[in-house]
Amino acid sequence: MPRINLNELDPSFKFRVAATRGGEGLQACYACKACTAACPIEKTVKRYDPRKIIRMALLGMTKELLESDFIWLCSSCYSCAEVCPQDVRFTDIIFAIKNLASQEACAPGGLVAQRGLLKDHGRLYEVSDFENEKRIKLGLPPIVEHPEDYNSLL
Amino acid sequence: MEALLYLGCTVPIRNLNYELSSRLIAKALGINFRDNEALGCCGFPLKSMDVMSTMVAAARNLAIAERDGLEVCALCNACAGTLTEVAHTLDHDDELRASVNEKLRTVGLEYKGPIRVRNFMRLLYEEVGLDRIRSAIKRPLEGVKLAPHYGCHYLKPSELNIGFDDPEIPTTLSSLIEATGAEVIHYPSLKDCCGGGVLGISEEVANSLARKKLEEVSASQAHALVLVCPFCNVMYEGQQKKIGKTSGLDLKVPVVYYPQVLGLALGMSSDELGFKLNRVKPSAMLKMVEG
Ligand code: SF4
Ligand code: SF4
Repeated sequence: MPRINLNELDPSFKFRVAATRGGEGLQACYACKACTAACPIEKTVKRYDPRKIIRMALLGMTKELLESDFIWLCSSCYSCAEVCPQDVRFTDIIFAIKNLASQEACAPGGLVAQRGLLKDHGRLYEVSDFENEKRIKLGLPPIVEHPEDYNSLL
Repeated sequence: MEALLYLGCTVPIRNLNYELSSRLIAKALGINFRDNEALGCCGFPLKSMDVMSTMVAAARNLAIAERDGLEVCALCNACAGTLTEVAHTLDHDDELRASVNEKLRTVGLEYKGPIRVRNFMRLLYEEVGLDRIRSAIKRPLEGVKLAPHYGCHYLKPSELNIGFDDPEIPTTLSSLIEATGAEVIHYPSLKDCCGGGVLGISEEVANSLARKKLEEVSASQAHALVLVCPFCNVMYEGQQKKIGKTSGLDLKVPVVYYPQVLGLALGMSSDELGFKLNRVKPSAMLKMVEG
């Protein structure tokens, strides 16, 4: 891997993350690695490392983060946030970083498709007549979709 | 007591056994679930792309509950977590609430708050309580051995669950299981994340997270793994066959929902409780209980 020239990085990125909802705690990190030790994803995918992601954000490795495939691997289990001595809330930070990546059209296709489903149906799964007939047969109330609301809110 | 039953996207389409059994046991224990067909997605699936969209979608549901004058009871851990978090955030940030309400106004809603949100287990635990559950048991599940799985959003972030359970040493679901007369099986990976949150991004990573628990519960004496979340169910029940295949394990772990277990102990039949819909039948358990 070629050496990265630290002088060419983007020092403003940390401020962008910190100004994004959820990213506020970024600069409080003192790199103790408790988050990484608690992360179940890091145990299977070594390139997903919460502390390293924080370092990359602080150094300003904008492109390397926003265009990476690994930032999407968080399972949002909150283990990292629970153990952090600095209340950095890495779970919220990674959401903020993913939000920034989405603004630059880097979100994976599956997520973009989910957003489409929510706009069109107000739900993650389309509710067909078949589904509702099954529910009614079991004595359960039918499910009604509200695409009008979700379409105007999202 | 009364609560607005929040079903979310997955339960009413894919986990009818959870919904059926929850409604039955709620009724038997004096919880009056009310429905409102206006409810929709909690917004959690949007969080990676845009946290503000999650807020608005969640706030729409909270505003509906407020209009009904009811607290919210969610069956899914992720829905309960999202709605709790958003209610908490909006209740403490006037400016944010104002800007969310500006959007809600376009669909004729407003969130003033506060609105209380609890997952169904917390409602059972706090409103009915272990003593009343114990005294309602008609058919104690003697000899039945069950492995609990809480799920991450049941316990964390802990600041949203103050006064309920301890994410380090959780006990509520275990005591709810014991209240039925069944025995709780302890196993090392109790607190493991199911991996459901990453399934849409990488099936391989998600499966690798779920595998250990299935392996341990399979090797234990448990008659079933007990869940309270449809997200966890997608992993432990839905992905089980695939996980077994790719890792060369012979996995046949029955996966059940807690209300199904409690329903059996309250004397309801496995048919009413939707056990036909469980993929791996907990046959040994049902035989011990129903003969
Ligand atoms: S646990 Fe907190 S302080 Fe320690 S490295 Fe992780 S984010 Fe930084
Ligand atoms: S929330 Fe995400 S980053 Fe934090 S421990 Fe869980 S999987 Fe790892």
